[in-house]
Formats: sequence, structure tokens, C-alpha cells
Amino acid sequence: MTALFEVDHLQKAFGGLNVTRDVSLALGKGDRVALIGPNGAGKTTFVNLVTGHLRPDFGQVLMGGEDISRFNPMRRVRAGLVRSFQVTRLFGEMTPEEHVALAILQRQGKSGRMAGSSQAMPDVMRETYEILETLNLTALGRVPVSEIAYGQQRLLEIALALALRPKVLLLDEPAAGVPHSDTFLIENALAQLPADLAVLMIEHDMDLVFRFAKRVIVLAAGEIIFDGLPVDATNDLRVREAYLGGYANGSAA
Amino acid sequence: MSAGVSVTAIPAQTRGWQRDLIGISVILIAALAGYFLFPNNLALLTRMIAIMLLVLSLDLVTGYCGVATLGHAALFGSGAYAAGIAAAHFGITEPITMIAIGAIGGALAGLISGVVILRGHGLAQLVLSIAIIHLFHEAANKASEYTGGSDGLSGISPDPILGVFEFDLWGRTAYVFGIVLLLLVFILLRILVRSPFGMLCRGIRQDPVRVSAMGASVKLTLIKMYAISGLVAGVGGAFNAVSTQVVGLDSLSFTNSAEALVMLVLGGVGSLYGALIGTIAFIWIEDLVSAANPFHWLTIVGALLIAVVLFAPKGLYGTAATFVERYRRGAK
Repeated sequence: MTALFEVDHLQKAFGGLNVTRDVSLALGKGDRVALIGPNGAGKTTFVNLVTGHLRPDFGQVLMGGEDISRFNPMRRVRAGLVRSFQVTRLFGEMTPEEHVALAILQRQGKSGRMAGSSQAMPDVMRETYEILETLNLTALGRVPVSEIAYGQQRLLEIALALALRPKVLLLDEPAAGVPHSDTFLIENALAQLPADLAVLMIEHDMDLVFRFAKRVIVLAAGEIIFDGLPVDATNDLRVREAYLGGYANGSAA
Repeated sequence: MSAGVSVTAIPAQTRGWQRDLIGISVILIAALAGYFLFPNNLALLTRMIAIMLLVLSLDLVTGYCGVATLGHAALFGSGAYAAGIAAAHFGITEPITMIAIGAIGGALAGLISGVVILRGHGLAQLVLSIAIIHLFHEAANKASEYTGGSDGLSGISPDPILGVFEFDLWGRTAYVFGIVLLLLVFILLRILVRSPFGMLCRGIRQDPVRVSAMGASVKLTLIKMYAISGLVAGVGGAFNAVSTQVVGLDSLSFTNSAEALVMLVLGGVGSLYGALIGTIAFIWIEDLVSAANPFHWLTIVGALLIAVVLFAPKGLYGTAATFVERYRRGAK
């Protein structure tokens, strides 16, 4: 059986620096995987390679067995591979309602329509408010995004991803910049994600990782050093070494 | 997730069309007032209408899509020359057909300059737009057999509109024709900017990366908008040719482009009303000041512009709208 999403022997070097070394992984329907790693491990590069913002030197990205390595970022989204951003990228003057409606219209291929308005399309509005409701954003539906709190903007990022109905969702640090006391909002939102959606989350907040992920992949110096259950990750010697350096063994580095 | 969630309340539709109705009435009243208050100045008012169409068109790409351009008169001038050449060389003197030909000419020019200008970003974009306007200007200058070169293109004598309304010496027919065109374009553009396509364009201005992460093509959307913008500017240019019966090289000039941008900034970028108000204010002040002080009028216009940009950076309409909004919130 072919996996829903597959990365096959991906490699990337900037000059002499190998930032991604022979990375392979696969995701199936409904997977909840966290990608973690110390700073500089190559997580962001990995995301950019997968979403098409960077071109790999070698290797392939596959969706349902189809090679999408030569697709530009836009076509990858249309193939069902959607990402969220580490720093929110939203339209400051537009409302959450407009954001989500636009994403729905885009998914339905109606975003090029030059007459009518989203508010006059009952099915679009119903779905928009269903999504906003799931994320507790209904009350803010008509407030410009520049006037709402950052934590709620992060939720809107997730709402946009949902509205596109992806097959694979890449969450780039969904809790970044959110006060620790509000992380539960993000966590609740993540718990609402459709069951058959494959999610790959990049995150620093270990509490969130261990509650969310059924599987953990650890990246260090551009290489996958661990792929398995979260419990085992904490006991893995190489993982401890990557994070703690020589201190993991109790000896000075 | 669609079945499980119950949607408690979808807010009622905002009634945009009521505001539009008010806007259209205001334009009509202003048009009537102009007609009766300045019967000897209809030529100036008619020129205003042509330039309004140019500034509206510029607002579509600059205000709604965030494309910086100093070459927008290329679209206006192409429309003017298309209609003028059709009339002077091919005997197509039916005014509505001339406007349609101008619109097509403008749209083609929009397509060409869009494809070129959108290759760059920021400063590069601005430089490309300046190059475009100079190239168009030079092409019109060199093709003097068709365009009359620097002498201008004359010999345009449009038929009566619908075979009934003849163009008179006082410019009454031309003025009314212009108002009808302007209202038509304005209504269509209101529909356009409120449509999903308009929303997508506003999104592109604010964050193109987010738009492409939604799976939409930024480039294709912008090029479409450029063609539409060309259509509008082309109508303006063609109307100018019909109403003045000449087309000069100045319609394809850098100055014309830059002035259009100044008018847009003066009125307020990103709003159709701003484009209209900015044009009226600029041309009116220019006319007033140049009559009052023929030697230093440019200095005075310049000083006024600096004052507006410093103290009302959102333009006349944008600043007024902000005040009204603040007042409304305070009243609640």
C-alpha cells in the first residue's frame, strides 16, 4: 500500500553545509506526528523543501504515490498538502469571516468570480461559521484581524488550514508566540482536526508534543535520528545526546 | 466536522448596496450640480470624468492589489489612440463603438504592461512601469502615420450618440455621455471589488505568500486585474478622444501617469470614492490656483499636496471615513 504522504531520501546542501541529509518518512491517514529537534536541526528547511519553497538537491516528495517534487507551492496546496506558518500570515484589514470564506471559495474554485459576494452564498457562510465555531472565533467573525489577539490569530491560521480541507497538514510551530497560559486553546483546536487528516507538527513545546503526537520524529543536524513512540524518544540515547550534548551521559562535553 | 457542529448564528448580511445607492445618488447630484452651476465650464468637467476613469483604473491595481506603477497612462492613452485611429483612419465614428474599441485597446495595453510590470517587485516594479510608459510614448511618437506623432491625432468626428444626440459646441452631450459612462463603470466596479475576486485581490495586497498558501495563483489574478484595469482606463481614454475630438501624445505621458497617482493618493488609495474625490479635488484646485496665480500655481499645488500627505495620509476620503467610523463607535 502506498502511503498518503511520503518523503523519499530528501537532500539539501547550502554550499558545503548539508542541512538535510537523506531524510525519509511516511505518513498515513489520521497520523499525528511531531517533528522535533534542537535549534539548527534543519526543521524549517525541511518544511520549505516539502512545501516547494526550496528545491531539493536529491530526493522526492510524494502524495498518494504521485511525485509532486516538481510542483510549485500553489500546486502542492491544490494536491492537498497545506501548511500553517510559524509567524502568522494573515490579512490585517480583513475579518476572520472573510479569511475563511476566501479559503473555502478558493477550495471550491470560485475565488475568481467577479460578481456576487461570499455573504450572499449561504453554503459558504454556513461552512465559514461552522469552522469559526469549532475554534471559538464566531464572536470575532466581523472584527478586522489586526484588532484581535495574537493567540486568536493563531487559531485563525488553523481555521484557514481546515477550510482548505487538506489531506496532509503541516503545522509549523502552531503554539509559537502564544502565551503558555493560552496554549490550551491551540491544543483544543488541534483536537478538533478531522480524524482522517494526516498531521505533521513541528513544535518546541514538549508538553504539547507529548499530548498531541502518537509518533515522534527527531531531527538533528539534518538527519533523522529517531522515529517512534513518544515514550521511547525520551529514553533514546541519541535523542538525549542531541538535545543535551555530553550532559546526557553525565560527563562534561 | 460538518455534521457535529451546530451553528448558532450567522450574522446578517452587511447591506453594502444601500451605501452604494447613497454613493450613486451623491454622484448624480454632483453631476447635476456641475451641469447647472458651471454651464461654461463643462469642458473642464468632462476632462475630469475622463481622468476619473483613469484614476479608478489605477486604484484597481494600486489600491486593491498593491502594485506600484507610474505608467498607468499607457492604458489610458492606448484606449484614446485605439478609438481615435479607428475614427480618423477607418471611419468608425459611432461613439459607443469607439468606446468599445478603446476599452479593448486599453485591456490589451493592460495585459502587456501587466505581464512586464509584474515581473518585478517594489522598486524594480516601479522602474519597469516607467520604462513601459516611455516605450508606449515613443511608439506613438514614431508611428506618426497613424497617430499624428507630436502634432496629435485630429480629424475625429464622432456621430451623434444612438443617432440622436449630437455633440454640441458647449459640450453638453459629451458631459452627459461621460456621466452615464462613469456611473456604469462605477456600478460594475463596486460589484467587482465586493466579489470573491475582489476579496482575493485585497488578500494579495496584504500578503501574497498567504494567498499562494491557499492554493491561489497570485500572478494570474494580478494579470486579470490588470486587464480589467486596462478596460476601464481604455474607456476613459476613448471617452477623452470622443469628447475632445483629438488625441495628443500627452495622454501617453509620464506626467499623466504621475498625476493620476497623485490624485489617487490625494483622494485615498483603495477606495473607489477616494479615486473620484481625489480627481475632482486635484483638477479643481489646479484650475483655481492656476487662474489665481499663473506664476506660482505649481508651487501652491505642491505645498497643498505635502500638507495632505502629512496630515491626512489616508487621503481626503480615507481620513473622512476614519472620522465617521470613530464618531459612530463613540456614539455606541
